[in-house]
Amino acid sequence: MAAVGNDPRGDTRRTMIATALIGIGLMAAVDEIVFHQLLGWHHFYDLSTPAIGLLTDGLLHAFELLVIVAGFFMFAALRAQRALVPTAAWAGLFLGAGGFQLLDGIGNHKILRLHQIRYGVEILPYDLAWNLAALVMIALGLLLARRAARRRPRPA
Amino acid sequence: MPSMLDHHHTGIGPLPLLLATVLVAYWLAAARQRRLGRRWSLLRGLSFALRLSLLALAFTPAVSAFAHHDMRGHMLQHLLLGMFAPLPLVLAAPGTLLLRTVPARAARAGVRFLARRPVRALIHPFTALLLDMGGMYLLYLTPLYALSLDQPLPHALVHAHFLIAGYLFTWAIAGPDPAPHRPGLRLRLAVLFLGGAAHAILAKLMYAYHWPRGTPHSLEQIQAAAQWMYYGGDAAELLLAVAFFSIWFRRRASGSAVGRRERHTPGMHLDQTSRAPWSGG
Repeated sequence: MAAVGNDPRGDTRRTMIATALIGIGLMAAVDEIVFHQLLGWHHFYDLSTPAIGLLTDGLLHAFELLVIVAGFFMFAALRAQRALVPTAAWAGLFLGAGGFQLLDGIGNHKILRLHQIRYGVEILPYDLAWNLAALVMIALGLLLARRAARRRPRPA
Repeated sequence: MPSMLDHHHTGIGPLPLLLATVLVAYWLAAARQRRLGRRWSLLRGLSFALRLSLLALAFTPAVSAFAHHDMRGHMLQHLLLGMFAPLPLVLAAPGTLLLRTVPARAARAGVRFLARRPVRALIHPFTALLLDMGGMYLLYLTPLYALSLDQPLPHALVHAHFLIAGYLFTWAIAGPDPAPHRPGLRLRLAVLFLGGAAHAILAKLMYAYHWPRGTPHSLEQIQAAAQWMYYGGDAAELLLAVAFFSIWFRRRASGSAVGRRERHTPGMHLDQTSRAPWSGG
């Protein structure tokens, strides 16, 4: 493991990985809590889901749970080592959340057709809003990542 | 409902006495460790008590009666016995305590037994996964569940299976107790991932295809039970993941390799087993 504090690039990278993992898990949790439970727009299970969708959904779900726990542990470890880079942390969070949102919006909703965002309505505006929100988060994440990469090494 | 089962369910039976005896035995052994000047975290003792409380809760007359007429009650029992009770038991490190309490010769024989090839294969995380999740698929996706409803022996065996397989799986993933030749953390992470996925997939299969079939339960009840299974399983996976990653990051912080197989040989130092989140070190 690299020496603590002497490796600003490594710190930036590790910070971004940790918060990207948290971002992925957070977005998955938002989907589950807000859209499934609170709004009830789409569900736990869409009765037209093919069996293969059931399978990939279960795998994805188990993955998300592990990812958010691993992310928090990494984050805590970096903080304990005083190696956390704040700008990079926000960059990672937005990249993770936006990336997952886009993957969900394009991959799950459109390609695998696991479920749609909402039923009984014209779906296009919802899809556009969903994926546009994802792109905005990714753009913000990239901007912050560039800023984090330009940052001066901390005085030792 | 068959009268045999009613008889089976209404009496509390010898369970409270049994649980109390086990708890006292654990605490006496832990107190002896402290008297001998060896650390034994109080949290482990509390963890053990929590585990016994969860078991007691699963078999209270109220929960048993609920399980008898409603599938959500059965699911509650399943979650308590197979998913939530194992973690505090594993974290209480009863194996380590036992090995330290019995004479050294017996402890060495015990560890040698665990290191034998067939036993090693049985306690491998992947075998534990197959037993635990495979058992559930077999129970819910075959007529076995309907059979267990009105026959006392299959009924008792199902509970015993949940209890033992759940413990084996949890211990194989995140156990602080010694395990000779336990595979490295990467493999255990993969098994944890597969276990979480298999549980979620099974819950959805039950919801979508109305398993278990041939039961007196209504469709709504089965679907509600499947949802309890799904979200309850999530909570259990989350807790197990926290226990697992605390071992992972502790080991990373101490600079040892994560992927390496643990090489415990018979006669190893029991104090240096992989550290649990609250091993009191």
